[in-house]
Amino acid sequence: MSEILSVKNLSKRFDDLTVLDNINLSVNEGEVVVIVGPSGCGKSTFLRCLNGLEDIQDGEIILDGENISHDKKTLQKNREKIGMVFQSYDLFPHKTILDNVTLAPIKVKKRNKKEVEQEALALLERVGLLSKKDNYPRQLSGGQKQRVAIVRALIMQPKVLLLDEITAALDPEMVHEVLDVVLSLAKEGRTMLIVTHEMQFARAVADKIIFIDGGKIVEEGTPSEFFDNPKTDRLKKFLQTFSYNK
Amino acid sequence: MDPNVLSSYLPLYVQAFLLTVKIGWIGIIIAILIGVIVAFTIHFNVPVLKPIAKAYVELFRNTPLLVQLFFIYFGLPKIGITVSAEVCGAVGLGLLGGSYMAESFRSGLDAVPVSQSESALALGLSQSQLFGSVILPQAFSISTPSIVANVIFLLKETSVFSAISLMDLMFTAKDLIGLYYNTTECLVLLVVFYIVMLVPVSILGTVLEKKTRYKMFGV
Ligand SMILES: Nc1ncnc2c1ncn2[C@@H]1O[C@H](COP(=O)(O)OP(=O)(O)O)[C@@H](O)[C@H]1O
Ligand SMILES: [Mg+2]
Repeated sequence: MSEILSVKNLSKRFDDLTVLDNINLSVNEGEVVVIVGPSGCGKSTFLRCLNGLEDIQDGEIILDGENISHDKKTLQKNREKIGMVFQSYDLFPHKTILDNVTLAPIKVKKRNKKEVEQEALALLERVGLLSKKDNYPRQLSGGQKQRVAIVRALIMQPKVLLLDEITAALDPEMVHEVLDVVLSLAKEGRTMLIVTHEMQFARAVADKIIFIDGGKIVEEGTPSEFFDNPKTDRLKKFLQTFSYNK
Repeated sequence: MDPNVLSSYLPLYVQAFLLTVKIGWIGIIIAILIGVIVAFTIHFNVPVLKPIAKAYVELFRNTPLLVQLFFIYFGLPKIGITVSAEVCGAVGLGLLGGSYMAESFRSGLDAVPVSQSESALALGLSQSQLFGSVILPQAFSISTPSIVANVIFLLKETSVFSAISLMDLMFTAKDLIGLYYNTTECLVLLVVFYIVMLVPVSILGTVLEKKTRYKMFGV
């Protein structure tokens, strides 16, 4: 397996507040990395640094052999290669589901509209939303919107897909339909970085789990190492917050 | 009410109506142009120009049109610039309307959440692509009702033009009443012509609102 993404000594500060402190991470092609940690520990900020929504103060981000950390000019080009799905879906409310999905390939990649639409319809069918293609986002449930958001990112054929708590705003019965899609993406070998609080899902989907606390990677390992043999007290404490038999 | 009086005044009213509509709409177009420029200046924090734009909005939104017209019509000649009543009316209305339109456009732009830009950026769109395809259409949907309200407000404000002797509807009505005392007929015609001027705008506005807002809001 070849390395697709490498983060070296990444640090991120908001004024005086150090949010990410010397983060190192290597992700191989096809690998699924789950990131967990207490609220406010910097998980979202980390993903946002990776696709340049936040600038970084120190370190390097290397995507597919290319250093993308500080080059403002290639930032937009590189964002095409990194998909991101947010907690709040952020579909474009004035566009139909089909137009939401086809906007970026047509505008950014200047691809043929007919061809893109065929591809979009196939992807929508795959997530069970073909019948919604002409609807507007407001006419969809949260879980449906989130599946569209995943399709909208996928159609750009990103090398890495970043998912930031994509089920956190959903009603429990909708969480599953979204996670099923993510699980199927993992099975077909997509490279993903996933921030989630769904621990069972993390165990099922992850090749590697990292635990961030206080802006540092405190522990990292395979799901079984991580859940069954946590090494640090901080991770043990964190995992306890998800259990009810105290 | 005397039908003969009504019909004999009709041509004068039609003339005044056409003039009012012409000056009114030229003023509205000026207002929209100013409004867009000022709103962009404020929304995008353009250095130097932003405080000027804000001062303009405050100044013109908080002074009556009549006072603004007096400044242009009677004040400018004192520094050597004479303007015709028609130009004065259109420019005055445009300046007043520009401050209202600016606020409408700006509130639309401000109402589009930052997360919309971020999700568009994350898809690889450039700043100009995301502005044109994502921000502007949504801002316009949000602004439409208040833009339509401004247009109706500005058309009604044309009634102030009579103060600078522009032969608009109001001037014509006042003139005729002063001359012949047919108050009832003159007022009825006045109301009818204002309604003829405004009801189509109101209907068109509703259609436009439906069209632009339906997608996003469903109503
Ligand atoms: N734009 C910002 N300006 C200042 N501080 C921020 C900003 N965004 C996030 N933070 C701070 O950075 C820390 C990490 O935030 P975040 O990455 O959202 O955490 P998480 O996603 O793990 O809950 C928090 O303390 C938060 O208040
Ligand atoms: Mg977060």
